[in-house]
Amino acid sequence: MQFPAKMIHSLFLVNSSGDIFLEKHWKSVVSRSVCDYFFEAQERASEPENVPPVIPTPHHYLISVLRHRIYFVAVIQSEVPPLFVIEFLHRVVDTFQDYFGVCTEAAIKDNVVVVYELLEEMLDNGFPLATESNILKELIKPPTILRTVVNTITGSTNVGEQLPTGQLSVVPWRRTGVKYTNNEAYFDVVEEIDAIIDKSGSTITAEIQGVIDACVKLTGMPDLTLSFMNPRLLDDVSFHPCVRFKRWEAERILSFIPPDGNFRLLSYHVSCQNLVAIPVYVKHNITFREGSSQGRFELTLGPKQTMGKGLEAVLISSQLPRGVLNTNLNPSQGTYNFDPVTKLLSWDVGKINPQKLPSLKGSMSLQAGASKPDENPTINIQFKIQQSALSGLKVNRLDMYGEKYKPFKGIKYMTKAGKFQVRT
Amino acid sequence: MTDSKYFTTTKKGEIFELKAELNSDKKEKKKEAVKKVIASMTVGKDVSALFPDVVNCMQTDNLELKKLVYLYLMNYAKSQPDMAIMAVNTFVKDCEDPNPLIRALAVRTMGCIRVDKITEYLCEPLRKCLKDEDPYVRKTAAVCVAKLHDINAQLVEDQGFLDTLKDLISDSNPMVVANAVAALSEIAESHPNSNLLDLNPQSINKLLTALNECTEWGQIFILDCLANYTPRDDRESQSICERVTPRLSHANSAVVLSAVKVLMKFMEMLPKDLDYYGTLLKKLAPPLVTLLSAEPELQYVALRNINLIVQKRPEILKHEMKVFFVKYNDPIYVKLEKLDIMIRLASQANIAQVLAELKEYATEVDVDFVRKAVRAIGRCAIKVEQSAERCVSTLLDLIQTKVNYVVQEAIVVIKDIFRKYPNKYESVIATLCENLDSLDEPEARAAMIWIVGEYAERIDNADELLESFLEGFHDESTQVQLQLLTAIVKLFLKKPTETQELVQQVLSLATQDSDNPDLRDRGYIYWRLLSTDPVAAKEVVLAEKPLISEETDLIEPTLLEELICHIGTLASVYHKPPSAFVEGSRGVMHKRLPARTGSGEGTECPDVGNAAGGSAPEAAPSIIPSQGDLLGDLLNLDLAPPTTPAVLLPLMGAGFGAAPAVMPASLNAPVGGGLGDLFDLGGGVGMPMGAYIPPKTVWLPAMKAKGLEISGTFARRAGVIQMELVLTNKAMSVMTDFAIQFNRNSFGLAPAGPLQVLTPLGPNQTIEVSLPLSTVGPVMKMDPLNNLQVAVKNNIDVFYFSCQYPISMLFVEDGKMERQVFLATWKDIPNDNESQFQIQDCHLNSEAASNKLQGSNIFTIAKRTVEGQDMLYMSIKLSNGIWVLAELKVQAGNPNYTISLKCRAPEVSQCVFQCYEAVLKN
Repeated sequence: MQFPAKMIHSLFLVNSSGDIFLEKHWKSVVSRSVCDYFFEAQERASEPENVPPVIPTPHHYLISVLRHRIYFVAVIQSEVPPLFVIEFLHRVVDTFQDYFGVCTEAAIKDNVVVVYELLEEMLDNGFPLATESNILKELIKPPTILRTVVNTITGSTNVGEQLPTGQLSVVPWRRTGVKYTNNEAYFDVVEEIDAIIDKSGSTITAEIQGVIDACVKLTGMPDLTLSFMNPRLLDDVSFHPCVRFKRWEAERILSFIPPDGNFRLLSYHVSCQNLVAIPVYVKHNITFREGSSQGRFELTLGPKQTMGKGLEAVLISSQLPRGVLNTNLNPSQGTYNFDPVTKLLSWDVGKINPQKLPSLKGSMSLQAGASKPDENPTINIQFKIQQSALSGLKVNRLDMYGEKYKPFKGIKYMTKAGKFQVRT
Repeated sequence: MTDSKYFTTTKKGEIFELKAELNSDKKEKKKEAVKKVIASMTVGKDVSALFPDVVNCMQTDNLELKKLVYLYLMNYAKSQPDMAIMAVNTFVKDCEDPNPLIRALAVRTMGCIRVDKITEYLCEPLRKCLKDEDPYVRKTAAVCVAKLHDINAQLVEDQGFLDTLKDLISDSNPMVVANAVAALSEIAESHPNSNLLDLNPQSINKLLTALNECTEWGQIFILDCLANYTPRDDRESQSICERVTPRLSHANSAVVLSAVKVLMKFMEMLPKDLDYYGTLLKKLAPPLVTLLSAEPELQYVALRNINLIVQKRPEILKHEMKVFFVKYNDPIYVKLEKLDIMIRLASQANIAQVLAELKEYATEVDVDFVRKAVRAIGRCAIKVEQSAERCVSTLLDLIQTKVNYVVQEAIVVIKDIFRKYPNKYESVIATLCENLDSLDEPEARAAMIWIVGEYAERIDNADELLESFLEGFHDESTQVQLQLLTAIVKLFLKKPTETQELVQQVLSLATQDSDNPDLRDRGYIYWRLLSTDPVAAKEVVLAEKPLISEETDLIEPTLLEELICHIGTLASVYHKPPSAFVEGSRGVMHKRLPARTGSGEGTECPDVGNAAGGSAPEAAPSIIPSQGDLLGDLLNLDLAPPTTPAVLLPLMGAGFGAAPAVMPASLNAPVGGGLGDLFDLGGGVGMPMGAYIPPKTVWLPAMKAKGLEISGTFARRAGVIQMELVLTNKAMSVMTDFAIQFNRNSFGLAPAGPLQVLTPLGPNQTIEVSLPLSTVGPVMKMDPLNNLQVAVKNNIDVFYFSCQYPISMLFVEDGKMERQVFLATWKDIPNDNESQFQIQDCHLNSEAASNKLQGSNIFTIAKRTVEGQDMLYMSIKLSNGIWVLAELKVQAGNPNYTISLKCRAPEVSQCVFQCYEAVLKN
């Protein structure tokens, strides 16, 4: 009698044209016809990202994520926490990216044996085995052109012969014996603001998703502490496992032995409205008149609360109503583009000069005789603000214990628009 | 120089060529060949023919080659069991290798080879590896036990591996502990009754310690395992919660959700007035909000779970409405879920904001989403009474947009609003009627017709409107046809003079020209009603409809409890009990929230289960149960719809004229009663037995009444309450002129006629009299509640006595509540009104009990079996309109039943319980 397998049974990678280009089975082989259910759902979905993440089939469940235009479809046969599967798939994506630089169909096909070895190492009987990048890299060395050449000549292998040191230590995220000539620790505080602004310009919701990404290249076993000027901002945080939670609870200080290399130290969420400044405003006038085949389009952008920093890399995009045939618009700066097929309007504004506000004005031509479009286009805004974290979060100091040398330290701040939308 | 070269092979004799390369003497060539084989495998090519050649490459010092061969073996061993044996020796040898990596690899791979013959050889190496000095090997071996158990459970038990595995829970290395827990949990799932994961305070403590130190995946296993534990008291519960809360700040969302599960379950045990309870509530909100800023796939799973959490504990997220506002570019599956939660969180405080959002959504592009947004406005109106007016005006605005599908959805929800708030918003009917022509969807047409029929008296041209629908009667869907039939009958009852022709037309369309049995039956019933007893027809067709409430789309509480215990699982995503997951359903344990220990009264919240083995309905997004709205106004015909035609058709066959003989008797009964019974015959409950009648007792001894002895009992026969008296004359003289009178009593019982003792009662004579009682007399609360003070007069004197009647005689025949109503009512009645009783020494099975109770008008509405325990959900209606809801737990083999009673008038509970006891034991 065949009992259902626990956890992830198989994995299929599907490209955007709907071909399975890799399959991996951790237990018995599941026929790839199981993916037909996925393809059905894919066909029904209006956009690639609208494929539901959990799809039931008569004997299996398909849990999928879409990353880098590849669907990672996990097949499970019984009750498994879906988040567990999704998180694991994310880890697979991250690992591929880490190993091959990019996570594309070509990169995966080029490294298919390494991919297979990796997947085998990451999961045993459905239980995640080694998902930390530094452990994996000790088990299976990432491909480099040099190594490929050397391996071919010497017949050596890209599989580690030794048990990774981090695998079982209390700091599984860090290997021992790390050595650098330049010891450096860089931290990037990156905040993304998600907001919905209504027609009249008032804020409906605004929240900040912040992360502190670190690149730490320090010799030995350094023990770091990071403190903030205003730690009270951080009341909703998720930490890397290396952070000592007790210390944070008691003193609001981040104390940790860092992983080697790049990692995300923490992510946080600021949703309190009065802490979220809105850095940009949009004046808009998009009108269609009944019975006329012309519509007006006017858009002006300006900086709002930016704490004295400039808005850069501003990009406007908007899905215009289906009835719009074409547009005839004049940007005061930057370039604009309207795709008459997808009806997507995009305007690459660049920097905003507070003295000379950028605007985009002109007319839209509508299908003759068609009635006035029902829907109001929403305007999406992308932007960046360098050297500033919108929430005002500031690092106070970074100290290192446990090692004698003096590291280079650096902290950078940046704010970006996440899902920043203005309704018209 | 990339791996893609492995895909390019000459077309001719590919396998043959690989075979040659695999058998090459050169190591490098061999390795390249194996890589080619693996590459073919990854794209789904069948390379199983190379099995012996690949296995030959296994004995090598090159770890990469070894791994590749192992990869191949795992894929194909099952299809080549005889060949796989060849590999055993190497495995056994590798398990002794000095390199722990190789030892672990060997034991891990062996476990993946699902070939019986191989598993026998696996036992010895596995035993060694479980006790290996290297924790990496031990943790791999722990997982291997689970694999082996999957292949051959008996073997694992015989070899004592389970005990070794249990020992590993106390291992010094947290990763080993986590894997041992994971393996044991997996094994335990296939042995629901085994006591594998014997969780006790000591082992819990070990798990909590390991929790802090193991990897994120290990934390998930441990948290899921902790969730199965039931703490002894609130203290222990609190201390576990305290140690689990730090996990809420973990970067891995699966860890967070598993921690939420543990906390949601254990906080059930904490007293609500505890400070810590409030702290915990506050701590739960931020991590849930954070999940919503993750990738859309994670968001989706999180939202499905949040949907459960806000139903169980709305207070956690009540201030977080805004995070559920829909972003323009959210994937559709996220949008729809967010909308659902917005409605659940809607309250008077935030309704203005919510409505503004919903109106915004109603102008979006995606049709499904727009429709759901419009429906959501209707749900808000029903949920938040104060907002109803604003909702209606928003809906009217939307109707003005004239966007076809928006108008149709709006009309469907306005119908629901009319039902919730009768006689309040009828002024908008005119606007609705303007849009009559644009309706092309059956649901919208049916809704519009319902409105016209329901308010026929206020719509001047109602007959014209309905007539216009009638033209294409046969092209309409059944839903519309049924609705049209009912609406025209309603119209006729309201304006009989002008509409006679119309009603005849629709009746003949429905009965003579239709093949649809439902439609035909309904037509016949109306026809007969109208032709025999128009008054009854009015009572039936124009009866007051049960109000709808927002609760109808809530998940039933027992299922909700079970789902809360399964937060983060597939069950929680689909909102179905775990047992519904066919492939995984080998003996799934039903989990329930623990009871609060602080207070004496149980906080379990039982509720209507599902008759068929607990396969619960999905939380339908509609506001009203789909059957309820259409059939609701036709008595409660939907009690057992599939059986109605079978019961009715023979009756109808007798022809029109003959039928009244059967019908009137039941039609005079209160709405729903008579017909309900008729249809129930075919229902699943079985034939009811007779009502329980207590044995006669002496109420008035002869000594106290100058020789008159009165004994008697009470009975309910055919819906009439009777006092059955035995009068015995023990005196020497003849007694005459009997009369009887009751004092005011709790239920207004009074004699419905004079005491009929026609002949004088001679000495030593006995006479039995039965006195019909009514329940319309004056009311006064008695103590005990069922006490009745009676005065009997004869030619000698007036005598007084008091007796107690079984309250079951007040249980009326139409006491069968609709499921949805039951569900809503049960939730609605505060927990303080619940009382629990034990019935001891009762040896009936649940079915027999249910039948017996039905005889006394205690109706079983649903039955659900949980862990061999039958839960019967019952309703009772007293003659004064009080409803009593009951949950009866019957465990096979256990003569003690537990019964919980909920009633808005809790003082009747004791009496009702006595009836249960009396009925069940007699």
